[in-house]
Amino acid sequence: MMKARRRMYPVLVEPEELLNISSKDVVLIDVRKEEDYIHGHIPDAVSLPLARVLESMDPKQLHRLFRSVGVDDASKYAIVYDDTFGALAARVAWALEYIGHERVSLLSITYGRWVSLGYAVEKGRGKGKGIEQISTVDDNDDTGIDISADYDILATYDYIQAIIEGIKQLQQGKETNINSSSSSNSSIKKGDGDGKVLLDVRERLNYLDHHIPYAMNIPWKAFAGEDRILKSVDEINSLLSYRKISRSDEVIVYCGSVGTLSGLSYYALRLAGYTRVRLYARSLKEWRSLNLPVEGFKNAHYWDLSAE
Amino acid sequence: MQKQQDHHRIHIESSENERESWGLPEEVTSVEEMVRLYREGKISEDEFRRFRLQHGMYGSRLNKDYTMVRIKVPAGILYPDQLIRLAKLCEDFSIGSVHVTTRQNIQMHWVYLDDAPAVEKGLVEVGLTSREACGNTVRNVVCSPFAGICRNEPFDVTPYAKALARFFLRNPMCQNLPRKFKFNFACCDEHSYARIADVGLVPVVREEEVSDGNASRKVRGFRVYIGGGLGPASYLAELLEDFTPEDMLLPTCMAVIRLFDRLGDREKVHRNRMRYLVHDMGFERFRELVLKERRIVLMTRSVLANLYIREDKVDAPHTDDIDLVELKPFNAPDGFHRWVKSNVMDQKQKGYAIVFIPLPAGDVTARQLRALASICREFSHEGCVVTTPYQGFALRWVMKSRLVELYKRLSETGLANYGALSIASVVGCTSTTSCNLAITNAHRLAKEIRSRLIELGLDMDDALRDSTIKISGCPNSCGQHMIATIGFFGAAVRMNNTLTPAYNMLLGGKVGKESALGRIVARVPAKRIIDVILRLIDVYRKERLDGEGFASWIDRVLEGNGTNIKSVDDLKPIIEEASKLPSPEEDPESYVDYGSDSRFIVKTARGECAA
Ligand code: HEM
Ligand code: SF4
Repeated sequence: MMKARRRMYPVLVEPEELLNISSKDVVLIDVRKEEDYIHGHIPDAVSLPLARVLESMDPKQLHRLFRSVGVDDASKYAIVYDDTFGALAARVAWALEYIGHERVSLLSITYGRWVSLGYAVEKGRGKGKGIEQISTVDDNDDTGIDISADYDILATYDYIQAIIEGIKQLQQGKETNINSSSSSNSSIKKGDGDGKVLLDVRERLNYLDHHIPYAMNIPWKAFAGEDRILKSVDEINSLLSYRKISRSDEVIVYCGSVGTLSGLSYYALRLAGYTRVRLYARSLKEWRSLNLPVEGFKNAHYWDLSAE
Repeated sequence: MQKQQDHHRIHIESSENERESWGLPEEVTSVEEMVRLYREGKISEDEFRRFRLQHGMYGSRLNKDYTMVRIKVPAGILYPDQLIRLAKLCEDFSIGSVHVTTRQNIQMHWVYLDDAPAVEKGLVEVGLTSREACGNTVRNVVCSPFAGICRNEPFDVTPYAKALARFFLRNPMCQNLPRKFKFNFACCDEHSYARIADVGLVPVVREEEVSDGNASRKVRGFRVYIGGGLGPASYLAELLEDFTPEDMLLPTCMAVIRLFDRLGDREKVHRNRMRYLVHDMGFERFRELVLKERRIVLMTRSVLANLYIREDKVDAPHTDDIDLVELKPFNAPDGFHRWVKSNVMDQKQKGYAIVFIPLPAGDVTARQLRALASICREFSHEGCVVTTPYQGFALRWVMKSRLVELYKRLSETGLANYGALSIASVVGCTSTTSCNLAITNAHRLAKEIRSRLIELGLDMDDALRDSTIKISGCPNSCGQHMIATIGFFGAAVRMNNTLTPAYNMLLGGKVGKESALGRIVARVPAKRIIDVILRLIDVYRKERLDGEGFASWIDRVLEGNGTNIKSVDDLKPIIEEASKLPSPEEDPESYVDYGSDSRFIVKTARGECAA
C-alpha cells in the first residue's frame, strides 16, 4: 500500500512570492532549451533543459544532475518553470520528488506570461554553467549519501498491468449482477479498480482512438488555467468530483509521450489535495513500443470533426 | 435607458448594446443534480433523456458515456469573450474544436456526460445557454446574418428575433410541445430561409393612412409563413396573410404554438412536426384556426405577454465608400482578390462590408476561435460575430479600407478560406462523426468536395455562384439537402454484391422567394460523388444559354426545357455513367466510406430527434 503524501511546500509559487523570497537556498530552474535560456530568462535562474532530466531514471544519476545545478542538499528549495504550459517544469519537478527531494514548487505562470506581465528578465549564460560539467562528474563522487527513489509516485508498465488484471477480476466477479452494456471507461469509476484510477490526460480524440484498457480521460487542458499553468483548487476539485475520483483513490496519470502533460496533471491532483498520485513517466510511448494492449472506440468517424 | 410604449403592446427600447444573457445559474445546479441522479441509477433512462434534451444534450453515436452539447445562439450572435470561453471549454471538455450548425447553433461533440455541469457552468458565466436547444421546445431562433446590413431589407429584424427568443425561452407554454418548433427570420426575400421553418418571418413595411385621412405613416410588419420544414418529408411554409403588423407578431406566434400544442400528434413520432398537421388538415383550414386562435390570444393575453424590442446602436464612424470590384490595393497579398470576390459583400451602410469566414463543414478550432475573438474586437464596429446557415461565421461592420489588414490577420489562422458565397461552401451534417442515425459520413464528404472545388478554382466561377451543395448522412435533412441545387442524403446500397456507402442525389432545391425542394434523380456511390458533380458542371458548360447560371440551367432541365439534354431523363444516363464502380477486387477503396479504413457497415441507434 502506498503511503499518502502531504506536501511541505506549495505546488505553486506566485511570481510576486518568487520576487520576495530572499533565501539563498532557493534554486530557480529554467527547463527550456539552453538557447532559449541564453536568449532570456528569469533573473538568477539556472538552466537545466528537460532533455537532460529525461536521459535517465537512475536516481543516482538524476541526483548528480540536480546537484550540478545547485540542488545539492535537502535544504535547497527548487522552483521550476518553463514556457510549455508548465508541463516540462512539472516533469522536472516530479523527477526531483522521485529522488526524494521534497522541497520543490512550480512557478504558477509560464516564462512567456512572466515576460508579458512585464517582470524583469536577464540575458546570457548567467548561472547556467553548472550543467556543462555534469558529464564530467565522477561516478564515484556520491558524497556518501544514500540516494533511493521514491517508487510511490512512479507507475511502471508492469504496475499498470497488475491494475488491469485486478479490474478484470473484479469485473468478472460483478458480471453476474450488472448488465455490462456500459463501455469500459465508465467502469473504472471509484471502487471498481479497488480504489485505483487510470487517468489518460491526452486530448479527447486521441483517447477515443486508443487508450490503456480501463483508463478514463480528462484532457490535461481541463486542469490548465487561462493564464496560469493550473486552474484553482476549487475548479480542479469540482472536475474530479464530477468524475467521482476521490481523495482516497490512487490515481495513475499518463499521457502520450514522456510524462510531461501527465506531469502537469500529476501536480493538478496534488494541488487539489490528492495525496496518492503516481506518474506513468514513460507513458503511452513505452506502452505502445511494448505492444501492450490498448482499446478504443471504433463506431464513429470522430476524427473528421476535427478542424485541425 | 428610455422606454417608450406606443398604443400597441410592443416596447421599443434603445440600449447601449446591453447584452442578452441567455443562461441561468440555477440550471447549472439542475444539470449537476440530474446527471448525478442518473449515474446513481436513481432516475430512469427516459426521464433523464427528457431532461437532457431540454437542456441541449443529445446522445453521441453509439456511446452512452458521451453527449453532444448544443449551445443555443439566438440570431447567431456571439461576443468575443464568448468565443474565448467556447475555445477553452472545447479544449477542456470536448475535442478541441466546435461545430457551427446550419441553424446558427454551436455544438460541442464527445463531451463526457459527467462533465456536462462544468460545461454548463462555463457557458452560463458568459451569458450562453444550451437550454431548449434540443427536445420538444422552441429551438434556436434563426436570423439572417445579413439582418441589419442587407441592402434589400425594410428594417433590421434582429431585435425582433432576439425578443421572440427571449419570450419563448423557458416559457411554460412551450416546454412540452408535440415536437420541436423552429422560427426563422429573413432580412429580405432573396436571403430568406423563411419557408423551411414552422414559422418563417420576412419583414415588410406598409404605408397606412392615419385616421384623419390626409397623412400616412409607415408600419413595420411581416409576411408570416407557416408549416414548413425539412426532414424525411419536407414542406415549404405557406403565407398566412398579406401583412402582419409588428404588434401582431407575438399574438400570431403564440396562436400557432398554442394550436400545435393542442392539435399536434403526440403519438406518431415520425409525423409529428407541425408541417404534417398543417398538411393533413389543409393549409386553408389551418390558417382559419390560426386567425381564430389569435383573436382568443388577444382577448386573453396577460399584460406580461410582451415583446421587448431592444434596438442596438452600432457605433460606426463615417468612412468613405470603396467599390469592392475596383478594390485593387497596391499592397494586396496573394489570394486577396479571390477572397474579396467570394467572401466580402457590401453593406447598405456606406464604407462598410460584411466578411464571411467559411469553415470546412462548420468545424473551427479553439485556436481559431481565440483569433476570431481578437480580430472581432479590432475590426468589427458592432463588436460581435454572427454564425451563418452555411455553417460559418460572418464579421459585419468592417471598414472596407481595412480589408487588406483583415485578410492578413484571418490568413494567419486559416480563417481566410475562399469560396464563402460560392458553390464551394458545401454544407454537411455531423453524420457518422457523432450522430446515432447516420448511415454515411456526410461530414467528411462535404470537406472533400469543398477542397476539390477550391483546388479547381470553381469558387471563382460566377456562373456557379447561384448554386449550393448540401449533404445529410441520412434522410433526416439536418444538412438541408432538400434546399440545395445539388443535394445528397446517405444510403447503403448493394453494388456488385457489396454493401456500399452511397447517396441519393437531388437537384433543384433553393431558398428565397422562389423556394423549392429538390427532386431525387439518382443514387451515387460516395466515392463517385465528386466526379458526378464535376461531370454535371461539364455538361452545364456545354448546354447553358447566354448568361445562364448553373442553378437556372438545372431548373430548365427539370422543367424538361433543356437544350440537347432536354430533361432529367437525358441527364440520368450521364450521371449513371459517372457513377460506375470498378469491381471490389479491382478497387476495394470505392466500397469504403470516407474517413474509414474498413469494410462499410451500417450501424445506427435510437435517434433522439423525437424524444
Ligand atoms: C429524426 C430525427 C431528426 C430530424 C428529422 C432532424 C431534422 C433536422 C433538420 C431539418 C435540421 C435542419 C434545421 C434547419 O435548418 O431547418 C436539423 C439540424 C441539425 N440536426 Fe437534426 N434531426 C434529427 C435528428 C438529429 C440527430 C439524432 C442529430 C445528432 C445528434 C441531429 C443533429 C443535427 C445537427 C447537427 C443539425 C444542424 C446541422 C449542422 O449544421 O450540422 N439531428 N435537424
Ligand atoms: S441528417 Fe441524419 S445523419 Fe445527419 S445529423 Fe441528421 S439525423 Fe444525423
